[in-house]
Amino acid sequence: MPKVRIDGKEIEVPVGTNVIEAARRAGIEVPHYCYHPGLSIAGQCRLCMVEIEKNPRPQIACNTEALDGMVVHTQTPKIIETRRSVMEFHLINHPLDCPVCDQAGECWLQIYYMQHGLYEPRMVDNKVHKPKAVPLGRHVMLDAERCILCSRCIRFCDEITKTGELGIFNRGDHSEVGLFRAKELNNPYSGNVIDICPVGALTDRDFRFKVRVWYLDTTKSICPGCSRGCNIEVHTNSSRPHHNDGRRVARLKPRFNDAVNRWWICDPGRYGFKWIDDPSRLVTPARRDGLKTVEVSWDEMIPLVLARLRSYRPDEIGVIASPHMTNEDLFVLKQLVDHLRISHLDFKIPPREPGYEDRFLIKADKNPNTKGAELIGLIPRAGALDARRMLSAAKERRLKCLWVFHHDLLASGWPETETLEALLSVESLIFQGTNQNGVSPHAHLTLPSAAYVERDGTFTNFQGRVQRIRKAIEPLGEALPDWEILSRIGRAAGLALAPTRVQDCFNALAQGVPAFAGMTYRSIADTGQLVGDVR
Amino acid sequence: MSEKILTRNFHLPESHTLKVYRETGGYQALAKAFAMEPQAITDVVKRSNLRGLGGAGFPTGVKWGFVPKGTTAPVYLVINADEGEPGTVKDRYILEKDPHALIEGMIIAGYAIGSHTAFVYIRGEYVQPWRIFSEAVREAYAAGLLGKNILGSGFDLDIVIHRGAGAYICGEETGLISSLEGKKGWPKVKPPFPAIRGAFGSPTIVNNVETIAHVPHIINRGAEWFAGLGTKTQGGTRMYSLSGHVQRPGVYEASVSVTLRELIHKLAGGIPNGRKLKAVVPGGSSAAILTADEIDVVMDVDGLRTAGSMAGSAGVIVMDETVSIPEALMVVARFYAHESCGQCTPCRESTGWIYKMTRRIVEGKGRKQDLDTILDVAKRGAGTTICAFYDGAVGPYISYIEKFRPEFEGLIGKREAATGTGVARVRVPVP
Repeated sequence: MPKVRIDGKEIEVPVGTNVIEAARRAGIEVPHYCYHPGLSIAGQCRLCMVEIEKNPRPQIACNTEALDGMVVHTQTPKIIETRRSVMEFHLINHPLDCPVCDQAGECWLQIYYMQHGLYEPRMVDNKVHKPKAVPLGRHVMLDAERCILCSRCIRFCDEITKTGELGIFNRGDHSEVGLFRAKELNNPYSGNVIDICPVGALTDRDFRFKVRVWYLDTTKSICPGCSRGCNIEVHTNSSRPHHNDGRRVARLKPRFNDAVNRWWICDPGRYGFKWIDDPSRLVTPARRDGLKTVEVSWDEMIPLVLARLRSYRPDEIGVIASPHMTNEDLFVLKQLVDHLRISHLDFKIPPREPGYEDRFLIKADKNPNTKGAELIGLIPRAGALDARRMLSAAKERRLKCLWVFHHDLLASGWPETETLEALLSVESLIFQGTNQNGVSPHAHLTLPSAAYVERDGTFTNFQGRVQRIRKAIEPLGEALPDWEILSRIGRAAGLALAPTRVQDCFNALAQGVPAFAGMTYRSIADTGQLVGDVR
Repeated sequence: MSEKILTRNFHLPESHTLKVYRETGGYQALAKAFAMEPQAITDVVKRSNLRGLGGAGFPTGVKWGFVPKGTTAPVYLVINADEGEPGTVKDRYILEKDPHALIEGMIIAGYAIGSHTAFVYIRGEYVQPWRIFSEAVREAYAAGLLGKNILGSGFDLDIVIHRGAGAYICGEETGLISSLEGKKGWPKVKPPFPAIRGAFGSPTIVNNVETIAHVPHIINRGAEWFAGLGTKTQGGTRMYSLSGHVQRPGVYEASVSVTLRELIHKLAGGIPNGRKLKAVVPGGSSAAILTADEIDVVMDVDGLRTAGSMAGSAGVIVMDETVSIPEALMVVARFYAHESCGQCTPCRESTGWIYKMTRRIVEGKGRKQDLDTILDVAKRGAGTTICAFYDGAVGPYISYIEKFRPEFEGLIGKREAATGTGVARVRVPVP
């Protein structure tokens, strides 16, 4: 492996590493705009210039391979002056409209001006004017005046999605990013161009003018939109609740994970968070009394649930778990179900339409934890009823109590009228979930669950990678994480293992389910851990 | 003056036809070349001291030697006929008057570098040269001089003619390659260099029309003969395009050892109307300007480099005493602002900025610090871009101001300062 010396630090890098990445490994940041590790080299912004000994002119670090014996300097007076010049060039035609720009606060023009610019402005002539507030597609808005023409968005559409919607038109300082004729930026990954735009040229139509980014808090999490389990950051706003219509989750951003999603997420995942702050959220435990709904406390609710479950023989009860539940939820549920000797247990409900899938990130299975539910064994034992048969049995009044987690059975692939008939036929329908749906109005007992951003836990993606979700905000109202609701019921039912912390749930799971053996909640870390792959 | 080589047939009627070309000894070098090893041809061209005549002046034989030995990818020869350097019209004459010299040169060059497909990228505005050259290619195919098994040698070569769409940057070799590939004419980051990965990802040699038109003569008459025509470091003759304030503007062939004074005063007949010479741009608009006192310079690559300018494309633009240098700089600056491809930040932004400053100065709205700002901006951007375009723009920015500073300073702060006497006084903003 080649050894290079950068600003006096010697570092060994794999063959083919460029100087920017080599410097990064040595803890040295070479400023850059157009370079992105997931895209081809453009070499346009000219900001990443470094001096290389035995080379008469500064070279761009992005297109310079780190070779054995190379000596690189990133802080010479010449380089510092070059960066200042390049910053001046980047900014002479920039509108400097930071006060009304959504990028402000996370803008690399601002950051690098403060770090590498700080020159006396000399430009007194008129700036070049270009189109502003141009919608490129459903999600992306272009301000061509703010654009520094780094071409990242264009390379993304050419190289990653291979849809080629964008190009740079005109020449010289009139160059501008735009759509090719009769094209719209509506590919399923369009939102990523907003993330990789280093400036405020491409902004999110969903997020524009909603919250200033410096009011946002960031929490690492996992997208629950499909079985890929893309790593994300949840950006929440708790310091300015009067902004953004009181929505606490302001936006989702991809988080790099080389083994799962690299730098990207899909648009359905990125924008699929509106249900979290939706008025349809279930916020209070409730029981139905005739036509009335009566809100109750958890202390009242837990015995009510247990009383219902105990008033039937175990083979008169069916439990339909959900692959939207975490491994911990499912493990505690499994313990509880076994303790109560309930055998009619399933989690798979067919979707109405087959899910969209592509060869990049999006998976057909729109559940984040199907793999976990399978591994933990939320499936009917031999001779027990699966979900479909539970409904048939309910219709025939053989099954008298049904406990449904999260699923909207009426929106499933099953005939709606038959399903409704089954739901109306049971004596006790318990619904546990985050939001109202087709099932919840018919429930006798409603248990409000915390959303994935309101709690900790783990999902197992289609690869068998166990990944952590983290609590970004408090649960709405009285809602609780599923595992905690189940744990409380378990304690009331005399279940020996009824953890009070999510990590205890997971560690118990790791001991109880062979696939998870050897893992700990901590060892999963930020990038996840494959089941059966420990050590 | 030395003997005419490239232009020897220009006076003949029908000089563009195969018949006339053959009658005057054409395609004899080809047979000679096919009897040689390809490497031997490259060696002859190296020894002839032939240097690229498009602008950069790179030794042609050395460039040919960069093609990787034993490459399995196809090798492409690309002829740069996108003659766009302001003040330069030489390639047009070769395409129109002696197209077979180029074709013969291309076959020999293709044979030397192992290329079986050669592209000719012709400037879009060159309609007549394109028609004539296309006809010559058809003639050559019909005569078995192109296509399969040329003259029974077993060597194949096809020529593909591609017309440009009107961008100066497409004359830059990698910009040309991008354009040829069907993309926007943006120069490519180097490395990889075109000889390693050029057009369509294959090894590619890009040569100027005039350079390649020299090759048959070198093969016919030998490297030593060609080298002897020029100076120590550059062989042969080249075609000088003289424009501006001379008695007889036009294209003149002369040895590269000719001086600028000889070109202006002997070949082109001196300055008309009894006026005095003020300044000369010796090698196309990208070359630094020379004052009237600096014209005793030898016009080869090294001679002009020593004089602080460049031989470039040998487009000699002569300005007499009536020319306003600030206004001339404004026109040049407008050209570079208009033609910058917009890819690299320093070039994209500063060409426009400098044009605005020069225009302001010419309009009498200049500020004292503007001249130093132009010089500083030009120097900061120089050498920081993907291609040589911006370095070409910096040549005039710096030399016009440094050599004629009092004239610029005379305009500062004077509302009605513009002279209105010299070259094109146009108030068209950059589109």
